[in-house]
Amino acid sequence: MTAPLIKTENLSVAFPIGGTVFNKQMLKAVDNVSIEIPQGAFVGVVGESGSGKTTLGRSLLNAVSITEGRAIYDDGEMRFDLTNMSKAELKAYRRRAQLIFQDPYAALSPRMTVRDIIAEPLEVMGLTKTRAETDDRVREIAGKCRLNLEHLRRYPHAFSGGQRQRISIARALACNPRFVVADECVAALDVSIQADILNLLKSLQKDLGLTFMFISHDLSVVAHTCDYVIVMHHGKIVESAPTRELFANPKHAYTRNLLAAIPSLDPDHKSRTG
Amino acid sequence: MSLLDVRNLTVQFKTDEGLVTAVDDVSFTLNPGEVMGLVGESGSGKSVTAKALMKLNAGNTVYGGDSKITLNLDDGPVDVMSLRRPRDMQVIRGGAVSMIFQEPMASFAPAISIGKQMVEQLLIHTSLSKKQAKELSIEMLDRVGITHPSQRFNQYAFELSGGMRQRAMIAMALSTKPKLLIADEPTTALDVTIQAQVIDLMKDLVAEFGMGIIFITHDLSVVAQTADKVAVMYLGRIMESGPVRDVIRTPAHAYTRGLLNALPKLDDLDAPLTPIPGDIPSPLERPNGCVFHPRNAELRPGSRYETERPPLTEVSPGHFAAIFPEDLAGLS
Repeated sequence: MTAPLIKTENLSVAFPIGGTVFNKQMLKAVDNVSIEIPQGAFVGVVGESGSGKTTLGRSLLNAVSITEGRAIYDDGEMRFDLTNMSKAELKAYRRRAQLIFQDPYAALSPRMTVRDIIAEPLEVMGLTKTRAETDDRVREIAGKCRLNLEHLRRYPHAFSGGQRQRISIARALACNPRFVVADECVAALDVSIQADILNLLKSLQKDLGLTFMFISHDLSVVAHTCDYVIVMHHGKIVESAPTRELFANPKHAYTRNLLAAIPSLDPDHKSRTG
Repeated sequence: MSLLDVRNLTVQFKTDEGLVTAVDDVSFTLNPGEVMGLVGESGSGKSVTAKALMKLNAGNTVYGGDSKITLNLDDGPVDVMSLRRPRDMQVIRGGAVSMIFQEPMASFAPAISIGKQMVEQLLIHTSLSKKQAKELSIEMLDRVGITHPSQRFNQYAFELSGGMRQRAMIAMALSTKPKLLIADEPTTALDVTIQAQVIDLMKDLVAEFGMGIIFITHDLSVVAQTADKVAVMYLGRIMESGPVRDVIRTPAHAYTRGLLNALPKLDDLDAPLTPIPGDIPSPLERPNGCVFHPRNAELRPGSRYETERPPLTEVSPGHFAAIFPEDLAGLS
């Protein structure tokens, strides 16, 4: 049962950064990463900007191409080799793996109604045959994401940040994916709304049996939502452990620095720069 | 004598849909050498309040008739609201008052070197010569912990990392020796490790220069680490204000408690995250009475808060909350 949903071996992603035609300079954004994500897990990836956490997430969705190494997706019914996919396979994989974006203000088209935004992936992927069927599915998923069904005819500008992020989550989940990468999906939100979205993600994970990869720079958010944490620095994994273990007993100096830098809510407790 | 005295500040914006209230009857004072945290969610009016101190709000701004902002400088008090001409405004903008913005990349001109921008503003606000301005700029860059300051002086904003850029911004803001520094979310765009460095730096600089700082943030833990006193804003009104320890340890207002409960805490991973129910209402539909009452789960229907605006009541010395005095007894 605990077979990994995603398994990578020495995964690397490199981007060209200039140089001449014959002597290309490459930047390794993700460097030799081997991870296993079990089915139904809520895995957090933390690191500073430039640590490669977003690139890792995108490579697992096949949104950037993998330069070296292997990555396998296997949910028991379908198996994909992410480094070697035909167009048809990629199309099938997109139904299984989805992405939730950081900025709910930029992620939603201002010219589409909420209903159309959530229905678009269903129509594009041909998952529903009639308009009535699409509407049913949209209402179902919108209800699960605690959206007011009467708001489906409105446009995104009428919604606050938290509501927009719920729309964006509903859109990602409309095609019934198994694996969801949430890339800094609460970073742009206020704390009170952040708590609401985190609770929603957790309950959706339980109800729908989703596997989450939760990318964040905020260690306290990760500590509260994830079961397992991967700490990245300069494209490499410096430490990975179950959440409690990592926060109780961080082994790597970099992780300790990150933890020490979090400002404390207690005015008399001084956090220290490493 | 206080450095800054804000009385009954009301700021409204003229829009196509009507008059929108951004700041509603806000009063506070700031002493020299004091750091005040201004906390609130988006739309709470904290940035508009700060911009009003330098009259930087857009052209459609309407300031309330009895709004008064007094800045007590060495050569007498300045009534900020009465300043009209850009030339008069120069005394405060960049001179007596400096501002640091959230996004350091957007605050520097990309095609002019950091040094040239620093020298330019010194030439406007001080009587230094070009050579002295350059020396002072390099000294300031060194002061905020930038290595090889004389090389950095000639570099452009894109050549520096995020933390460096924010340090350069702080160096530039402090080089005119302002009496008041307004920092608008100065650490929000930074990584935690860099944020800790910038917070430490700002604390050292207060000790050294003794200016007053208004620190705007949505992050209560950043306030806990930097500020002496704090004002919590919601929909343009101050909900609670007081010494930072009192407000964070014994919050008197339901909104402050809500903010604290929604915050993920590292020392208790099992504590549930409790969101504040509901959403921030549209600024066109301001609730009557206490602006927070529609989202306040602690209130019973039909309470006074739905129709009457609660006054700022003193909870403990210097600690005020927008609640009715009879509710003080219920606080433990």
